[in-house]
Amino acid sequence: MRRRERAPEVDRTFWALRNVSFAIQPGERVGIIGRNGAGKSTLLKLLARITAPTEGRAELRGRVGSLLEVGTGFHAELSGRDNILLSGAILGMRRSEIQAKTDEIVEFAGVEAFLDTPVKRYSSGMYLRLAFAVAAHLEPDILLVDEVLAVGDADFQKKCLGRMEDIGESGRTVVFVSHSMPSVLRLCERVILLDRGGLVADGNAQEVLRTYLDSGLGSAAERHWETPELAPGDEVARLRSVRVRDDRGVVTEELDIRRPVSLELEYWHMRDDEDLRPSANLHVTNEDGVVLFATSDFNNHRWRETRRTPGVVRATCHIPGNFLAEGRFFVLAAISTYNPTRVHALEADAVSFHVVDRSTGDGVRGEYANAWPGVVRPMLDWSIIEPKPIPLSGADRQLG
Amino acid sequence: MAPERAVAPSVVVVTPPRGWAALNLRDLWAHRDLVYFLAWRDVKVRYAQASIGVAWAVLQPLLMMVVFTVFLGRLAKVPSDGIPYPVFAFSGLLPWTYFSNATGTATESLVSSSNLVSKVYFPRLAIPLAALLSWLPDLLVATGMLIMMMLAYGLMPAWTTVLLPVFALYALLAASSVSVWLSALNVAYRDVRYAVPFLIQLWLFATPVVYPASLVPGRFRALFGLNPMAGVVEGFRWGLLGRGHPPWALMGVSAAVALVLLVGGLYHFRRVEHGFADVI
Repeated sequence: MRRRERAPEVDRTFWALRNVSFAIQPGERVGIIGRNGAGKSTLLKLLARITAPTEGRAELRGRVGSLLEVGTGFHAELSGRDNILLSGAILGMRRSEIQAKTDEIVEFAGVEAFLDTPVKRYSSGMYLRLAFAVAAHLEPDILLVDEVLAVGDADFQKKCLGRMEDIGESGRTVVFVSHSMPSVLRLCERVILLDRGGLVADGNAQEVLRTYLDSGLGSAAERHWETPELAPGDEVARLRSVRVRDDRGVVTEELDIRRPVSLELEYWHMRDDEDLRPSANLHVTNEDGVVLFATSDFNNHRWRETRRTPGVVRATCHIPGNFLAEGRFFVLAAISTYNPTRVHALEADAVSFHVVDRSTGDGVRGEYANAWPGVVRPMLDWSIIEPKPIPLSGADRQLG
Repeated sequence: MAPERAVAPSVVVVTPPRGWAALNLRDLWAHRDLVYFLAWRDVKVRYAQASIGVAWAVLQPLLMMVVFTVFLGRLAKVPSDGIPYPVFAFSGLLPWTYFSNATGTATESLVSSSNLVSKVYFPRLAIPLAALLSWLPDLLVATGMLIMMMLAYGLMPAWTTVLLPVFALYALLAASSVSVWLSALNVAYRDVRYAVPFLIQLWLFATPVVYPASLVPGRFRALFGLNPMAGVVEGFRWGLLGRGHPPWALMGVSAAVALVLLVGGLYHFRRVEHGFADVI
């Protein structure tokens, strides 16, 4: 699959996917992982026949259903009922099939009361539930799914995942592209790892995931782009590097829960316009796909008012110790300007790091040894009013 | 319960597109339910929040008829083959309005459905085809209006009125012959969307909508038929009013031109459709 990149000056031919061969047996559930630009989505689009390859061949035996987006073909003006018909037809269902399944779909989505309301008046949750419900009742022999679980709340995601498990268990083949490692682990027994358009590993889910996270192919603690041409960004700003450092300034992937963490972002600011003030943004996401927080360097007020000159900017965000929970975190890095808001560079999963709790009584969880709940684990201030010693007899008197 | 799975599962083979692929209209037929629902959506959405709803289908040609009647019928005294000018103009404006609306929306259809094109597979032809079909109900409603108008002028519809579906198909053929080209070209070259409304405006005057084909000297008549819409409009008018000789020559030439354009357009569409998702 060849796609022409719109590079600033040179016209380079870029192979989004090359020399990738594999066979998937009926009933297998296969996850496809790899960082952004690895070729995952291209692979899925080829299999789904949305784009055509420049060379190579794929054979799919059976009816193919693809789910590259939740709510494809939904029309805001139409009622829920109408959208079930429309979306079903778009996803490849026959009219009779949709009519037979309408009740089931409505029940799954839980929108009975609003079936004749235009979906533009739906809450976003209802909209998503209905959209997924239609897709979930497709009965293809091969189901191709792209990252659709990245939307919606945790309950919704759980429901989707459950439904996909059912589809897999009923003997259908599922090919699933995702960034969410827990989802891949739960759903797939086999994982294919892609990188830069090539196949790197293919096998047992646990093992391939470990390869991915350990090899640095997975978002490791450092990403660096040699030249602006290769870096994500546009004519205003391009990312140069993203790093995770511990409190001694060492680039590391494994961090102690008690110590501060620094996220450092460097970018090329290329536009000589004093009023254009790019800011660096970071989103920190945990393994379940929950965004813990988003932060921007405009929180530094002095910097926000500073007039900019072209050059390399380094912005560092300091996360205190005893704040993050245990586990793996993924960092999205972006450069944007405001009024109007424009995102100039964006790299999802730019880096990742792992926070471990080795505290012995001095951490947030103190002496408590079992799993400590919460998406963050901040050390908070407590104020205590200590009991004044009260003579027992006096207390008796007050009670009496 | 349904024995659908009894058949051996079909094999889909994904390979690079090679030159002039076969038309593969069978795939389009397999997706006929989708074409139906897309057309149904277009109709439903078009009048969803319009307070006078489907009356727009009649209002548009009606108002144009009034304008042409005043300026061409009364002031310029354009001949109308012995038919009262308002009826004459209205009977021409119906297939014309169909053509101009259908071609306009079909041209834009792929681009305005880019979310579908880049996310789901189906024969891309389904989208412009649905857009073309979605204007047929309007044509039907407006034709009902025309028949009432004829009765008001004391004109009885000719027996050939029962052939109305054939004339509608003929209009569909003419609109498709142009739209398969324009919709596909519009994906890569958005210039098309700016050129089309202008083109359609000019086209109106190259078509015997507000003047009779008989105004064109006989030796140019066949040449005139090279415009696929010439035969459609004259045919439609003859079909409903039944005045004069049936315009066989004109209709024949127009239909042949439309067919050639359509087949060429279908091959062109087929050749470029696999790239739609990348360029849209």
